[in-house]
Amino acid sequence: MAKAILGDSEKWFIVHGVQDDFRTDGRSCENYRHIELETGILSNTHGSARIRLGSSELLVGVKVELGTPKPQRINEGWLEFHVDCSPNAHPVFQGRGGKELSDNICSMLTRVYRNNTVMDLEALGVIPQKHCWVVHVDVLILECGGNLIDAASIAVKAALYNTGIPNISLTDGDEGEVEINLPDDPEDVKHLKTINCPVLVTLSKIGNRHIVDATDEEECCCSASLVMGVTRRGHTVGVRKMGGGSLDPESVTEMIDSGKKIGRQLHISLDKLLKIEAGMSEDIKQTGYL
Amino acid sequence: MSNSIVIRLPSKKRLNAQVPLSSNSFLITPGSVITEDADYMRGHGTYTNDDEEDHKLYASVAGVVERINKLVCVRALKTRYNGEVGDIVVGRIKEVQQKRWKVETNSRLDSVLHLSSVNLPGGELRRRSAADELTMREYLKEGDLISAEVQQVHTDGMLSLHTRSLKYGKLGQGCCVTVSPSLIKRRKNHVHNLSCGVTIILANNGYIWINSTAVDGTKTTGDGGFVVDTEPVQMDDREAICRVRNCILCLSRSSVMLYDTSVLYAYEASLQYQVKELLLDEIATEIVDQTLSLLERESSGNG
Repeated sequence: MAKAILGDSEKWFIVHGVQDDFRTDGRSCENYRHIELETGILSNTHGSARIRLGSSELLVGVKVELGTPKPQRINEGWLEFHVDCSPNAHPVFQGRGGKELSDNICSMLTRVYRNNTVMDLEALGVIPQKHCWVVHVDVLILECGGNLIDAASIAVKAALYNTGIPNISLTDGDEGEVEINLPDDPEDVKHLKTINCPVLVTLSKIGNRHIVDATDEEECCCSASLVMGVTRRGHTVGVRKMGGGSLDPESVTEMIDSGKKIGRQLHISLDKLLKIEAGMSEDIKQTGYL
Repeated sequence: MSNSIVIRLPSKKRLNAQVPLSSNSFLITPGSVITEDADYMRGHGTYTNDDEEDHKLYASVAGVVERINKLVCVRALKTRYNGEVGDIVVGRIKEVQQKRWKVETNSRLDSVLHLSSVNLPGGELRRRSAADELTMREYLKEGDLISAEVQQVHTDGMLSLHTRSLKYGKLGQGCCVTVSPSLIKRRKNHVHNLSCGVTIILANNGYIWINSTAVDGTKTTGDGGFVVDTEPVQMDDREAICRVRNCILCLSRSSVMLYDTSVLYAYEASLQYQVKELLLDEIATEIVDQTLSLLERESSGNG
């Protein structure tokens, strides 16, 4: 994983700052940076979003395709996540360098979305045992500025909110086969229910306090962190510890509590923005990612 | 609610008309013809075709055309650092090698700092022994930040640095900001003690070091800055450091030239806000506008 290199005294400066609840950019421990988010920017996807969190930038595209349901869940579709680290973001991502980071993000997203309460997977079923929708979520990391996991999950939720699945109609064909007809109108879509989709909140332990939304310098000073999926109602749908350091049990409960709080705030702000954007007229020019 | 998280649509990128262009300079893009006159000499950032009939001079970078008598150069707007002898740079130690350190200074090649061109702790002036060579990592190790002066520029553009003055050496507690080297205004002095109790090193290579002046005062006790100070920085010093850091970032995002006056004006303009508010785009723009109007008033007052 790409990491900033820092000298000892710089690390001391950051650690003491966290102790005093006054970080290098002036934020307190539980302050998030400002987020810029835009959806529907890629015309050749079913749904897309771009997020900018500090200097981290990610692009998410969602494609749906028809697949065969898994044998153990015959009338459900599923989500598949792919994370790609662009070598433009950091030279170490060249070749297979970004694999560790992308696997981490990917497994965490898969973990929190593999849950029937989070997303109605049965709505993705088309014909039991034969056809279902497979939702491919592709995350592309364009710039690294810390806290990529949280940023990815926010962008994924926004992109899924933006995703329209074509309204297909079923007609009986020959020999008991069912024919699937795609609508002619590309606008004829149904949107996914994303109301219960979680966001991931990373809490990084620095010194004996924890912070949210660490920059890459701060990530460098952090020995262990906790990543948790939080739904809109504040339910936790998966917790994972990252990093080599240890956390003592007392601080874990504290971290989970503040993670829930931050997660709920994230959902409130995100839902508000997505509503505003959905209400905007089409002719407002989008900024895009170029 | 001050603690709520701000998520919003991307702001339209502001076109800034503040690129410092004097009347006799103009912007040029790579590949465009600078002059068709064969009399001019080819300087940095330009090229000619091998073709005998073609005497045109082309730009190889995007930037401002500069002409000194018959020599035509293009100074790039966004570039890696091109070192010049005597420049002050801030760099990060990347590697410890035989009798020298490799230093990352935002230039195209890594710079070198020879063991013989540093002041050893205690300020002793003596030949460097084999023992010194073995303890090099105790003085400077990977990741450490140093301030240094460019001693020599090699033919391939690689820099040799030296820290043979008490002004230079290992940097203590504080923070480093990276901006484009073309935003640093060349001045006689690049180390400034601001009135707010903060020392900034506006290094020519675009790395800006910010620390508190009080810490700097204790540095001259003779250890050469090689001892890591682990004492926490006082809260008000820390606030000033972070405020200066955010101000510099505001200015650099709007491509305002950085020098002591512009940083100080931005700092004064920012005092009415909290440090974390400076991360917001609207407030950053306001601070930049205030700084620019103050700078303009000053320059018109002088002229």
